[in-house]
Amino acid sequence: MGRYVARRLLETIPLMIIISIVVFMFIHLIPGDPAKTLAGVEASLEEVEALREELGLKDPLIVQYFNWVKNALSGDLGRSFKSNLPVTELIWSRFQFTIRLVFAGLVWAPFAGIFIGVMCAIKRGTWVDLGGMLFAICGLSAPGFWLGLMGIQFFSVKLGWLPSGGLESWKHLILPSMVMGTGIMATLARYSRSSMLETLREDYVRTARAKGQREQIVMFRHAFMNSLIQVVTILGLQIGGLLSGSVLTETIFSIPGMGRLLTDSIAYRDYPTIQGILLIFALQYVLINLIVDVLYGVINPKIRYD
Amino acid sequence: MPQEVLLEVKDLRTEFFSSKTSSVTAVANVSFNINKGEILGLVGESGCGKSVTSLSVMQLLKDTPGKITNGEIILDGVDLVKASNEEVRKIRGGKMSMIFQEPMSALNPSMRIDKQMIETIRLHSDMTKEQALAHAAEMLKKVGIPDPPRVLKNYPHQLSGGMSQRVMIAMAMSNDPKLLIADEPTTALDVTIQAQILDLMKKIQKEEQSSILLITHDLGVVAEMCSRVIVMYAGKIVEEAPVETLFGNPSHPYTQGLIASVPKLGSGVKVLPSIPGSVPDLAAMPEGCRFAPRCKYATDKCRKENPELFQIGENHKCRCWLVQDK
Amino acid sequence: MSNTQNEQAKINTSFEENYIDENIKVSTDGKVKAFVKKFAKRKTAVVAFFVMVALLILALVGPSLAPYEANAFDYDNILSGPSAKHWFGTDQFGRDILSRIMAGAPLTLGVALSSVIVGAAIGTVLGLLSGYYGGWIEMLVMRGADVLFSFPDILLAIAIVAALGPGIINVFIAVAVFTVPSFARIMRSATLAVKGCLYVEVARSLGCKDGRILFKHIFPGTIQSLIVNFTMRIGSAIMAASSLSFLGFGANVADPEWGAMLSLGRSYLSTAPHMVYLPGLVIFVTVLAFNLFGDGLRDTLDPKIK
Repeated sequence: MGRYVARRLLETIPLMIIISIVVFMFIHLIPGDPAKTLAGVEASLEEVEALREELGLKDPLIVQYFNWVKNALSGDLGRSFKSNLPVTELIWSRFQFTIRLVFAGLVWAPFAGIFIGVMCAIKRGTWVDLGGMLFAICGLSAPGFWLGLMGIQFFSVKLGWLPSGGLESWKHLILPSMVMGTGIMATLARYSRSSMLETLREDYVRTARAKGQREQIVMFRHAFMNSLIQVVTILGLQIGGLLSGSVLTETIFSIPGMGRLLTDSIAYRDYPTIQGILLIFALQYVLINLIVDVLYGVINPKIRYD
Repeated sequence: MPQEVLLEVKDLRTEFFSSKTSSVTAVANVSFNINKGEILGLVGESGCGKSVTSLSVMQLLKDTPGKITNGEIILDGVDLVKASNEEVRKIRGGKMSMIFQEPMSALNPSMRIDKQMIETIRLHSDMTKEQALAHAAEMLKKVGIPDPPRVLKNYPHQLSGGMSQRVMIAMAMSNDPKLLIADEPTTALDVTIQAQILDLMKKIQKEEQSSILLITHDLGVVAEMCSRVIVMYAGKIVEEAPVETLFGNPSHPYTQGLIASVPKLGSGVKVLPSIPGSVPDLAAMPEGCRFAPRCKYATDKCRKENPELFQIGENHKCRCWLVQDK
Repeated sequence: MSNTQNEQAKINTSFEENYIDENIKVSTDGKVKAFVKKFAKRKTAVVAFFVMVALLILALVGPSLAPYEANAFDYDNILSGPSAKHWFGTDQFGRDILSRIMAGAPLTLGVALSSVIVGAAIGTVLGLLSGYYGGWIEMLVMRGADVLFSFPDILLAIAIVAALGPGIINVFIAVAVFTVPSFARIMRSATLAVKGCLYVEVARSLGCKDGRILFKHIFPGTIQSLIVNFTMRIGSAIMAASSLSFLGFGANVADPEWGAMLSLGRSYLSTAPHMVYLPGLVIFVTVLAFNLFGDGLRDTLDPKIK
């Protein structure tokens, strides 16, 4: 187990290095002269040159990269063009909103998805299965922004039950969490159904019945617990979907989180901020997948005892 | 010597449904008895219905498209076909238990052996967890596992195939079953381990005075283990005889073919005879005798009329027109 | 000895001639028929297929069938709900929403389809090469896919648009890049599976050139995975492209792109919800049709995965 975690950690390091290179290169990928891009359209020639000097853009690329990494590691991701605030500070002030949204999605969607999937597998071929799977594929196909806007129209405008934007109370979280969670619920429902169906065909499920075990316990302890091991592996990918879903959700519900900061920064061409957010999003994703993989090791005895 | 009957299967018919209306018959009107304290062999090629028969007896057809559509399965006076799910559940793993072909996949990979054994024991007794654990260790010792406490703490993937099958046997025997159904218990194991497991099963059967229904395609296993044998072909019993009679005087052409295709030590034969053709598709059964298309003695009568299971000697039955006409 | 070698050679040539050039063709012919027969049994997938075809036809001829010009203003009917004159209602300029949806079909579907075609082509080549050659190519491609995957979901597309700037062409590029890694991964594992097959080993032992083995022997074996993933990705491409347009990074606001229409309708949510409901519904039905069709394909081609 220790070796597994260590190996997984080591595998993460090169990935993180490549991600940092890609994010660093982001500014250089923008067509045109980075200094001119960064200075803005109205900047004079002197201003551009001054910026080139200030940002060290005259240095060789490799030197620039190492300087950038050194700064990033000490928490300095540059300053926002728009507000002139340090990017790290800006991101940190928005971080909590995005995290709240992600949790609001995680609080119900995986459980609902797994529940639907498992019920469909147990009741395979019945109307429960058909209805559940139709529901899941609809959830997968419905654009989140459409669902969100319809939710606002119905629950906020028409009924007046829920606020249409902002994040002041738990009531504000209900609609966003619905938008955040639908996709993950749908995906997990489909995945856990197929995983459960696979498990139900396993010999050990038959063994459990041959012991005279009660059907509910056969389903839960022997089938479900083993199918869960497979479901956990895709949870990481799904949480990644939640992170990027926050961009849309925050726009729809006017929540000042990182996703909103990203879209605003893109509109303003605030490149240092964009760069910082991309870096944080990618690192978050890698970290979450690392945690999920370790969790997988914990619940899977084949890895725990090897 | 009149023997006490433990299990009586009467006219069992199991069909597999591909939809609500269309089905194929995997087991067609099968009847047989198992006496107390005997090992009965059930032999046939794969697809002949022997595994379906065993699953029907265990009432484990759930999760397969199969369903018992006719017949009775009477164990100790209780008809398992008519019994409620709850009654059958109490008998499974208690009075009647089963071991399977693939021991490695028959154990729950995410549960330790001790948990799985305690679960089995406590389902059919009032033992406390501690008592059940002690009993589990005792059972493991009985099946020849050298270090029960260590094995109890293992997960299935840490055990070898032979070890897993020993655990399965210990688990199946832990509630003193009167009937043990063993479905190809050694097929997935190495040859040397096979012999060990078979010896173990024989030893335990003697000690516990239980009965075994041994399902196999391996006539060598039958010769070594069983007192009586049933040969199945395409969902029907084609011959039933005590083991000496079966090998000494096989009457059905199919049985003769099976025995002839087993290599004999020192016989000097280089090429083994084999039965031409293959088991007919369940959905497209030939008219008349089901073996007729592969039978070298087949006559027109065989191809038209279905023979019944004729009594041709004491304890010897055979489903063939030839023996009746003799 | 030489005799057996001759025989062996005979078997080999006949294998090359018959098995590869003729038998495969013959067997695929039979396969197509069997496939159509099997697929026809899945009623939802068949319905989805016809909806899909109808949508593709709409994309080709829709604009000329539309009852109104996409940008024809009708100042007597501003923000009016569905009526006999305007089936889907009108927007804030009195433009007919149904006509705009029909006019927008080639835009939305065209961007999604073309970007998936380009992304799939690149991803397939990369996947085939990395699966077949292994080594540094495989390492490079797979690490690259890992990096792209760490910008989960539409975040990658957003990042690309952030670098290139908004606009429909850039959305096309972004969605294409976003499609590449999934194809690279899936085609790599499909290639690995086929590579192990006996007929590929035989072809190699006969001294077939790499290019011939790859495209004549391996590629046909991976085509099922390719087709299934292709259909599935069109749904996500439509979703990604319309999300980008909804966020304001895609089509020009004046264009009748479906996501952009929703984004416009947002401001009139309380007075004219049909501006959000109906274009969103069209996106939903389109994505649903592609997903259901893809599901049907997968279940028919590979009944193991369910």
